[in-house]
Amino acid sequence: MASIAVPRPKGYQRPVILDWLMTVDHKKLGILYLYTTMFFFGVGGVLALLVRTQLAVADNSFVGNDAYNQIFTMHASAMLFLFIIPVWAGFGNYIVPLQIGAMDMAFPRINALSFWLVPPAGILMFSGFLVDGGAAAAGWTAYSPLARGAGTGLDLWIIAVILLGISSTIGAANFMVTMFRMRAPGMTMFRMPIFCWTMMVTAVLQLLATPVLASALAMLYIDRNFGGAFFDPNGGGNAILWQNIFWFYSHPAVYIMILPGMGIISEVLPVFSRKPLFGYKAFVFATMGIGGLGFSVWAHHMFTTGAVLKPWFGFMTFMIGVPTGVKMFNWLGTIWRGSITFETPMLMALGFLSMFLIGGINGTFSAAVPVDFALHDTYFVVAHIHYVLFGGAVFAVFAGLYYWFPKIWGRRLNERLGQLHFGLMFIGFNLAFFPMHLLGLDGMPRRIATYADEAGWETLNLLSTMGAFLIGVSMLPFIAAVIIAFLKPKDQPNDPWQANTLEWWTTSPPPVHNFDDLPEVHSERPLFDHRHGGAAHH
Amino acid sequence: MASHGVATQHKEGLSNGMLGFILFIASEVMFFGGLFAAYFIARADAPSWPPEELLTADQVAAGVELHLEFWLPFIATILLVLSSVTIQLGVWAIQKGDRAALIRWLFISIALGLIFLTAQIYDYTQLPFGADDTIFGTTFYTLTGFHGAHVFGGVIFMMVILARSLGGQFSASHHEAVEACSFYWHFVDVVWIALFTILYIV
Repeated sequence: MASIAVPRPKGYQRPVILDWLMTVDHKKLGILYLYTTMFFFGVGGVLALLVRTQLAVADNSFVGNDAYNQIFTMHASAMLFLFIIPVWAGFGNYIVPLQIGAMDMAFPRINALSFWLVPPAGILMFSGFLVDGGAAAAGWTAYSPLARGAGTGLDLWIIAVILLGISSTIGAANFMVTMFRMRAPGMTMFRMPIFCWTMMVTAVLQLLATPVLASALAMLYIDRNFGGAFFDPNGGGNAILWQNIFWFYSHPAVYIMILPGMGIISEVLPVFSRKPLFGYKAFVFATMGIGGLGFSVWAHHMFTTGAVLKPWFGFMTFMIGVPTGVKMFNWLGTIWRGSITFETPMLMALGFLSMFLIGGINGTFSAAVPVDFALHDTYFVVAHIHYVLFGGAVFAVFAGLYYWFPKIWGRRLNERLGQLHFGLMFIGFNLAFFPMHLLGLDGMPRRIATYADEAGWETLNLLSTMGAFLIGVSMLPFIAAVIIAFLKPKDQPNDPWQANTLEWWTTSPPPVHNFDDLPEVHSERPLFDHRHGGAAHH
Repeated sequence: MASHGVATQHKEGLSNGMLGFILFIASEVMFFGGLFAAYFIARADAPSWPPEELLTADQVAAGVELHLEFWLPFIATILLVLSSVTIQLGVWAIQKGDRAALIRWLFISIALGLIFLTAQIYDYTQLPFGADDTIFGTTFYTLTGFHGAHVFGGVIFMMVILARSLGGQFSASHHEAVEACSFYWHFVDVVWIALFTILYIV
């Protein structure tokens, strides 16, 4: 059913605000995603600072116990559901169609729907602070029986997470169809840029795992509001059932949160090392391997329940270290003997490399069942998740922002401010989260509102709090760099970094239709081929 | 250096819309997978099924009994399976360009879907237990309820297709939405066959 666009009367221009509200352009939606998710990153960050302020000294009463439970729950919920997961949809929206040489996503209006589910869900989740009993306070994992008894805020949380789940499920189908069917002539699947490949595997995980979370949330909602017995042993239900279904989603979800970040640094490292990515196909298969194995390890979150097959899940968790290790070799092989330059995107990518390594290793510790029994629900786990999701994902977000800023906004972020941002964030990050390993080994449980002076945890907690505030301060040079950039005119050429992939072929920022023409694609690096006249000789 | 025009989409094989729709159905399968898993775990945990021993004295006094009516759902099942046949006949008709036959088969399929829903609602009013009567009641109403909601969605989908057919749309070469609708309806049907099997037979 071909449709013919009716041309608008000459000179008609939609008012700017309506243009943004009604847009179905993947680039504008990508920018809206980035603004929205960075806003929630800020909100989640403020909540994190409240948590760290409360924990800075022993026997503190800065916020009460109930408020503390709400704050740490909403910190995690905002960071995971409203920042990290949708921020990749933001980058994906803007970059994937450009990288494969397409005019837009496969379903532009469904794309707009995916985005427009996010802000209402965020408002709904945070409106919990206004209702009787406050916001959701059962942790982002919402285990029963705690979650069965919690206040109305948790119902709002459930509905918000279901909406976000719908957003990412339909978004995943959109990304998959776009990449399967709208690639430029000559771009085979194995010539797709690595970032696209990581978005592809992420989309598969989202498509298949997120609906399972929706089913668990529906069950929890029924238990809470219609007298259901899913997680109530008195009525023949099973509290562990929640954990099984929740982690069946939420373990693949940690790869949903990190794989696109791996994709971004796999774009950045080759460009600033002046080398191709070492082992492109190995990287693709490793990404698929992580995605596949991701569905077979969920119960490693539940070793201490005693209700899961520990040797199987422990073994499979170790197995995930294999494809992840392959990727480490990919990245190290890429920068090995490269002509490295240290622009800010590269600094952020190197930050990812080193911090994610620590996050991977301390995660593998916890895969050993006896070690996990000692570390379960201690601050060691909090250290692990932050080394993976901040040291990994957040560094990758900033690598992506500094790298693609010239393409998206036509201006470059100031290098000095970027370096300052990286330096402060890197130091602050390690100061905030490294001590948590030691606190965890010393037995400090996560999610406690305060601790006794005699526990001897004050010094490390104070260090951690100082680190958290340093991370907060490190955002100031970033914000300054963005403001300064926006005050300057758009001056960026098509390809300021001498990069490899198609998004750098078109203007910065690209026109509405993305490309006037495309180069021949003979490899995963069409722009490199073009610069070196290689394409014609293949 | 030769330049290519801008790519739009591959023209061979499945269309974008059809591929997207199939992926959507895959996500629906996973949603029901979660609910089915909950049901299986509940049955595996229970010493007997239905778990009469879990009923409290109050529930027994209120007349709660954990048993299902068989024959009405059985007849409804036959009608729903039949509706899968009729919508498929509609698809085959439009593939030959016979829009009048498509409209006839859509009417019949919608009617069968509505009869199924009516039977389900009537069954709900007659059952001697509620969603809050043990895991038996909770899983029964959750699984059949979400399925019923999908039947309702499928009926709406068929009504949209019917309206478009009556408006003169669809032909032997353009009838993708009809096929998508039939895929959805078959999916809903298959879920019900699985549900009927585990709830009423096994």
